[in-house]
Amino acid sequence: MKARVHITLKTGVLDPQGKAIEKTLANLGFGGINTVRQGKIIELDLAETDPAKAQAQVTSMCEQLLANTVIENYSVELDAAQ
Amino acid sequence: MKAAVVIFPGSNCDRDTLVALERITGRAPVPVWHTETDLPPADLVVLPGGFTYGDYLRAGAMAARAPVMAAVQQRAHDGAFVLGICNGFQMLTETGLLPGALMRNAGLKFICKDVYLSVARTDTPFARAYPAGRPIRLPIAHHDGNYFADDATLERLEGEGRIAFRYVSKDGAADADANPNGSRGNIAGIYSDNLRVLGMMPHPERLIEPALGGSDGRPLFEGLMEALS
Amino acid sequence: MTKTSSSATAPAQPQTGAAAPEPPITAAMVKEHGLTEDEYARVLRALNRPPTLTELGIYSVMWSEHCSYKSSRVWLKRLPTAGPHVICGPGENAGIVDIGNGLAAVFKMESHNHPSFIEPYQGAATGVGGIMRDVFTMGARPVANLNALRFGAPEHDKTRHLVDGVVAGIGGYGNCFGVPTVGGEVEFDPAYNGNILVNAMCVGIAPADKIFYAAASGVGNPVVYVGSKTGRDGIHGATMASAEFDDDSHEKRPTVQVGDPFTEKLLLEACLELMAEDAIVAIQDMGAAGLTSSSVEMAGKGGVGIELTLDAVPCREDAMTAYEMLLSESQERMLMVLKPGKEEVARRIFEKWQLDIAVIGTITDTGRMVVRHHGVTVADLPLDSLNDDAPLYERPYEIPSPAAPLDIAKAPAPANAAQTLVAMIASPAVCSRRWIWEQYDHTIMGDTLQRPGGDAGVVRVHGTNTALAVTVDVTPRYCKADPQAGGKQAVAETWRNLSATGARPLAVTDCMNFGNPERPDIMGQFAGCILGMKEACEALDYPVVSGNVSLYNETNGQGILPTPAIGGVGLIEDARLYARMDGMKAGDDLILVGDEHGHLGQSLYLRDVLGVDLETEGGAPPPVDLAAERRNGDFVRGLIATGRLSAVHDVSDGGLYVAVAELCLASRIGAHMSLPEGLPAHAALFGEDQSRYVIALPTALTRQALRAAAKAGVSARHLGHVGGVDLIAEGCDPISVEMLRTAHEGWFPRYMDATH
Repeated sequence: MKARVHITLKTGVLDPQGKAIEKTLANLGFGGINTVRQGKIIELDLAETDPAKAQAQVTSMCEQLLANTVIENYSVELDAAQ
Repeated sequence: MKAAVVIFPGSNCDRDTLVALERITGRAPVPVWHTETDLPPADLVVLPGGFTYGDYLRAGAMAARAPVMAAVQQRAHDGAFVLGICNGFQMLTETGLLPGALMRNAGLKFICKDVYLSVARTDTPFARAYPAGRPIRLPIAHHDGNYFADDATLERLEGEGRIAFRYVSKDGAADADANPNGSRGNIAGIYSDNLRVLGMMPHPERLIEPALGGSDGRPLFEGLMEALS
Repeated sequence: MTKTSSSATAPAQPQTGAAAPEPPITAAMVKEHGLTEDEYARVLRALNRPPTLTELGIYSVMWSEHCSYKSSRVWLKRLPTAGPHVICGPGENAGIVDIGNGLAAVFKMESHNHPSFIEPYQGAATGVGGIMRDVFTMGARPVANLNALRFGAPEHDKTRHLVDGVVAGIGGYGNCFGVPTVGGEVEFDPAYNGNILVNAMCVGIAPADKIFYAAASGVGNPVVYVGSKTGRDGIHGATMASAEFDDDSHEKRPTVQVGDPFTEKLLLEACLELMAEDAIVAIQDMGAAGLTSSSVEMAGKGGVGIELTLDAVPCREDAMTAYEMLLSESQERMLMVLKPGKEEVARRIFEKWQLDIAVIGTITDTGRMVVRHHGVTVADLPLDSLNDDAPLYERPYEIPSPAAPLDIAKAPAPANAAQTLVAMIASPAVCSRRWIWEQYDHTIMGDTLQRPGGDAGVVRVHGTNTALAVTVDVTPRYCKADPQAGGKQAVAETWRNLSATGARPLAVTDCMNFGNPERPDIMGQFAGCILGMKEACEALDYPVVSGNVSLYNETNGQGILPTPAIGGVGLIEDARLYARMDGMKAGDDLILVGDEHGHLGQSLYLRDVLGVDLETEGGAPPPVDLAAERRNGDFVRGLIATGRLSAVHDVSDGGLYVAVAELCLASRIGAHMSLPEGLPAHAALFGEDQSRYVIALPTALTRQALRAAAKAGVSARHLGHVGGVDLIAEGCDPISVEMLRTAHEGWFPRYMDATH
């Protein structure tokens, strides 16, 4: 089973990388961008086949390592195929 | 003063730290590998600078989960002194021994230069050997030194006198120009609530003799030695 | 090749499935592999049969320009490589010189030009990674990095992006690995618009009696692979080798290698730990042409044979073919030959450092390289053919006749010399490179005595009272105008940089960057530069101990300027007695050592202030009198050893006015400087005469110093004195040092932060 973790900065945490991207897009002529936030995607290929167990496992991984919950939020997506 | 220096895969300031400590304390510190679950007897445990685990995922994140860190946390709870330098500071925030987080520098670039720091209070064991009222100079060398904590945490740190160092101009002004990385409040180092755990981004171990450009790194260790004797 | 199902991502697990037979060799394949008909005929003669595809791949990389130096060997042999302190000259992974205290300096410079143009961050990063491996594979801990970078014109639309990426990549790799980057040079010129140059140099220190070489020995000894897993990085032209063309074949074959400095740091520590045990017979890093070049060279140098079983190679991609495994340029890998029975101690160490380790072969006495995969022999080649029968070309060359001396009418005086100085200090050629070196950690390892910005980087030799001075330099416009003079000047200038810090120059590493050697004019540039370098190395007792050649740096027939980058290393006997630029004090005198002839030919003044086309009207470059160079440097070094000088700076690009300005900037104080009689003022101020130094010293010592100079046959004159807040050259407006600083520090950040 494949899992995909999206990690993003919490609102209120300054994101200088997002800001730099925003400015560069504007310089390239892309208008109408209000904000840009940069995050991460972590893809996991798990042996576990039970979705509930996989969800619990990955959530635990997020809490313990993958996300710094002081400054980051996370969400977990499971890919049923495989 | 007995010291232990913890070494992780990717630590690269461990030798500098071991050398500085031996030179200043007169006693060779004990290096401790990250897989140890016990620490030797030590008055001071140091988490040195470097790029442990390549700074992959987040700086200090994986080192903070190393087997040895449980022992480090226990020592801190038992009242030992713990010093986290640069990557070590990042590890301390990742374990929760210190609040907040160190993020990518606001300028997005790695920065290596000397900075001036105000010593916020000189009545702690770490800072007692610094002169009150004049800034000190130490080198920084980091990509992720931008200190972040939410408003409530910052208020608490200020209120409890737990700011250790701030980036300032040569004349002592904690303004934007003096802030190399965007840290909130120009914060360069903070203490735990018992003032015995110190995390700082600048590298005291790199400026301990005039030949290297200055000695403002010495008093940090000398003060601690005094406090312990 | 058919896809086999395998667990190729697990370390050292045997791959299942049979290998499909390789296709027969066609003329087109030979050509695609970069071999000429003649070269292929040699292969046929050596084997007495056609090669397999894998064997063709092996020959093609071993006989490539990069690995065999076929165009350059005949010229490189002419360089002097021996000396009383040389432990190892060219031919090994790096050069080695004795530095006293039972220690040796191990150093080399290498280019990573083409990859950096394509992917500046990773190209530069892997360049740094590669050169550091060349140093630590010999048992030396890296202690200082430098780099020589050349970019196109600032206005060229790719330049900013390339500067950004290259600098970030060098910092990203070096900082994480943990070596201070203490020096370098950066140049902008339209000649590099289509071909940037990224030359990375590394200096390491090893115990002089514990150097590790690549020559394998001991029949039956295990051949061991350590480091990162092998992927499909950097396999060019291998796409036609495999029948596996499918939708994601493009994705599967990255041509840019991605560096992993964290793994390289682990590899460094693991290798140094194993080297401390008595376990290693031979070791070499896997660089260009990866497993192929390391195994062929190690067995070749040892006069032995080698057998490899590719099934044991740790792979990170599925179903890698023999061809791919042999040609992969995945980074952070080493190949070792161990003493019998030492596999366990190696395994323990490499597992501690979380690195892959696998026994992948044995040393034999057959003199052949035999490679097996899935039970099939995919290569069986004679090593002497691969190593010694590589073609050696004596390419036709035409050394251009040196440019005629400058017609002085083409070099009129400026309206206002002081304003011209400010403009030069503010120009891309002269301005501060702080924007760059503040992105490099230059204080890690706690031994950096002189940080970037001076004449040379200075690092203490850990645990001793000595220090090393390190520098890299070359003036390509001089080499274009007169290759021999330019080659000579490049060597002399590094010798001077080192002497200016008080170091005794020991030896050189070179990085020869040129265009297409099949053009006689380019080959002539190469030959001319080598001849000039040879002359200077001999006269200065400054041998070449290692080097690298990068050819074909051209786009659409437009070649780069001939750029023989010279890296110099010198020894400072007493680390307390070295010279810096920032110690001038109010009341000091200034002395100028060296002759003044007002030589404006090929100068920055001509090129950047007057806008003269150097190629057609630039005149001849400033000549180097090697005997005077030596006398002057030895004299300055002697003065520095007294410990009583305030500051020293050698004179280079921009001439005397720029040199004194740079001293004022470093020391944060003004100065008065006088001009010599008999020369036009602007020629004296901006001429780039060689072999010169500006010295600041207490006035009490001036007369003594000038007398000593005269006695040593060294030209020297009282130049001026230090004090005030302005730089005042005779007959020129005063310029405040603060204004100079604004000019000096302004260009780079403004240029790099500009939005466009």
